[in-house]
Amino acid sequence: MYVCHCGGNISDYVDVNRVVEAVREEPGVVVAREAMFTCSDASQQEIIRDIKEQELDGLVVASCSPRLHLHTFRDVAKRAGLNPYQYTQVNIREQCSWAHTGDREGATAKAIRLVRAGIARTRLTEPLQPLKIDTVPAVLVVGAGIAGLRAAIGLADTGISVYVVEREAAPGGRVARLGRMYPHGKRGRELINQLVEEVQKRENITLFTGAGLVEKSGSIGNFQVRIRVREPVESEIGVQVGAIIVATGFDLYQPREGEYGFGLEGVITLDDFLELLDAPGAGLNFRGREVKDVVYVYCVGSRQGAGGEGANRYCSRYCCNAAVHAASLAFDKSPGVRQYHLFRDMRTYGRFELFYQEALRRGAVFLKFDESEPPRVERGEGGKLKVTVKDLLTCGEEFELQADLVVLVTGMVPRENGKLVDILKLPVGRDGFFNEIHPKLRPVETVVDGLFICGTCQGPKNSSESVASALAAVTQSASILKKGYVELEPLVAAVDPRRCNWCGECAGTCPYSAIEREHYQDREVARVNEAVCKGCGGCVPSCSRGALNLKGYSDEQIRAMIDALAKEIC
Amino acid sequence: MSGQAGINSDFSPKILVFSTNNISDPGIDLAGSSHMHYPPSVTVISMPCTSGIRPEWIAYAVERGFDGVFLAADGEECAYLPDCAKRTSEIVRRAQELLEQKGYEPQRVRMSAICSVCAGPFTGHMKEFSEALKNLGPARKG
Ligand SMILES: Cc1cc2nc3c(=O)[nH]c(=O)nc-3n(C[C@H](O)[C@H](O)[C@H](O)COP(=O)(O)OP(=O)(O)OC[C@H]3O[C@@H](n4cnc5c(N)ncnc54)[C@H](O)[C@@H]3O)c2cc1C
Repeated sequence: MYVCHCGGNISDYVDVNRVVEAVREEPGVVVAREAMFTCSDASQQEIIRDIKEQELDGLVVASCSPRLHLHTFRDVAKRAGLNPYQYTQVNIREQCSWAHTGDREGATAKAIRLVRAGIARTRLTEPLQPLKIDTVPAVLVVGAGIAGLRAAIGLADTGISVYVVEREAAPGGRVARLGRMYPHGKRGRELINQLVEEVQKRENITLFTGAGLVEKSGSIGNFQVRIRVREPVESEIGVQVGAIIVATGFDLYQPREGEYGFGLEGVITLDDFLELLDAPGAGLNFRGREVKDVVYVYCVGSRQGAGGEGANRYCSRYCCNAAVHAASLAFDKSPGVRQYHLFRDMRTYGRFELFYQEALRRGAVFLKFDESEPPRVERGEGGKLKVTVKDLLTCGEEFELQADLVVLVTGMVPRENGKLVDILKLPVGRDGFFNEIHPKLRPVETVVDGLFICGTCQGPKNSSESVASALAAVTQSASILKKGYVELEPLVAAVDPRRCNWCGECAGTCPYSAIEREHYQDREVARVNEAVCKGCGGCVPSCSRGALNLKGYSDEQIRAMIDALAKEIC
Repeated sequence: MSGQAGINSDFSPKILVFSTNNISDPGIDLAGSSHMHYPPSVTVISMPCTSGIRPEWIAYAVERGFDGVFLAADGEECAYLPDCAKRTSEIVRRAQELLEQKGYEPQRVRMSAICSVCAGPFTGHMKEFSEALKNLGPARKG
């Protein structure tokens, strides 16, 4: 039994030493220790040494949520020769220290109860072996933007078959509409053409455009999906895949009417401006008029104050870079153009700083405004727009700028995709983008086994970051499928044939038909087909004789946990 | 109702929550990671699905000293059972029957769907339920 300080995330709010002392004498406890970080290499080594030296047959770690480290410590158990299913993770961080930061006494008492329950549960565990399921060597990729296309090629090259489903009539997503992109200056369209050519060369990639997912069943290793296509005739196609990668991208923030003058002639969004810059020929023109003065407004639709309903609080990450890059493109096209960039904070991180320096060197002017006093955009004289801004860099001096064009540097927003979320049970975060299990350690996996996410559907990214995550999803899915099997949790339902006298009640509760009838001695009893059972336990309450149990959550274990949680703290 | 007379300001009702590994437990985690507070007398047992809870466990928890039991169900989001909400309410109904047979108030068990980002709703439910149980008084009389 080990209790983690988690640096202070736990020990600042819970008296860890008191927890350890309180459970030291619990039945079954042989070793009780605390550690600064139980997940560190050194602590893992110590746990392994204890298990081996003391020949322990159960392990409890009280630290963070099982979603972060259940697998880490199951693996520690395994390396020490202990059955991983005799491990229990007790969550005293998310569900204790962090939730009760103002009540050290209460949090400590709660931690003691939770650890006792974990110990009680562990004493009643039995060694289990994972179930092996054969996998189908094929992957479904949803979305054919730069992330989805690159993922498809990567997977195909490992010998896995790929089905790509794209909603639009043509592949490529946002990048297909871009001209010269940062950082390399290559045209987005050309990049996409190159990828599509690579896709077409590979016989093991099938690309469906104008298509959508309509149904999914099955589980990791063997999903059955149905795809609806419109061309050449509307029809449905069923395919079997072992994993699914979602790369459905983002949407652009749409400014409200009147937001920074949006709706006035000459107020446009960055994507429209990029299109102007990409138009053939020299000179910069808008609706037949020469553009001499351009004013950019940054952070439109991003980093919105906490107050607003459904505010986008995040930074959209691509936009500072795209806007300073656009400054250079504009100077290339029209060397005399005057440019004013109204920004809140400049976030040209990493090497993109060089584009900022280049824009400055070539004469673009940068003015910093505060969110609480945003620039005002109005109709001006002589067909121009008038922009008024308070510049923080000159102690709040107010400037009036005359502009032919005002470019709103709009951010990224999550794409409306309710139907897909429904079909795939995609986890959606508070900001509306899809959620990975762990931003650092499991950045493309979701809580649904075999379902991966990559690219901008996860949150704002530029295209190289989108591709990097796409290739991470390739590695993660291929590493499952190349093995040919997956090991599933053996935490499935089980029948005690001595108590069962086949009434059939339980079989009726299972939508997966995992419960069958069999002969046991001279009687008929129920039997659970382990490969089919999903481990939900939905059948358990149907048995009036208590003959059904879910492994890891047995009647005995739950009652022992209730006892431990209810016990008084002395 | 018995508890009424002896309402004790120190009484902090013990609540047992049954959550689900993939949906409501992450929601409860999020409450903690956002430092949203609820009483520490709330403790959680996480299961794959609330449809797998035996009504007997709920009655057992009350008999052992919990003042209330809350089922943080998956509702429509359940990945296993399309009729999960219906099943869980049936479990609540059976548990309430059991409680009444044993002389406890059926209001000691509640359920609500808690999604994986439902941190606010969860803490709200805990505070409300805690207040309701304070009015009801401790489950164990005398
Ligand atoms: C104005 C602008 C300029 C930019 N400039 C640059 C730049 O210079 N350099 C750079 O690196 N990045 C730039 N970016 C960022 C870049 O566009 C993104 O990083 C990139 O598009 C992300 O790719 P993706 O595949 O994740 O998403 P997307 O490009 O959004 O592609 C997603 C695809 O999925 C499809 N889809 C969505 N839902 C479904 C569904 N349910 N079923 C089937 N298909 C679906 C969509 O139709 C789309 O084709 C810019 C972005 C903008 C807005």
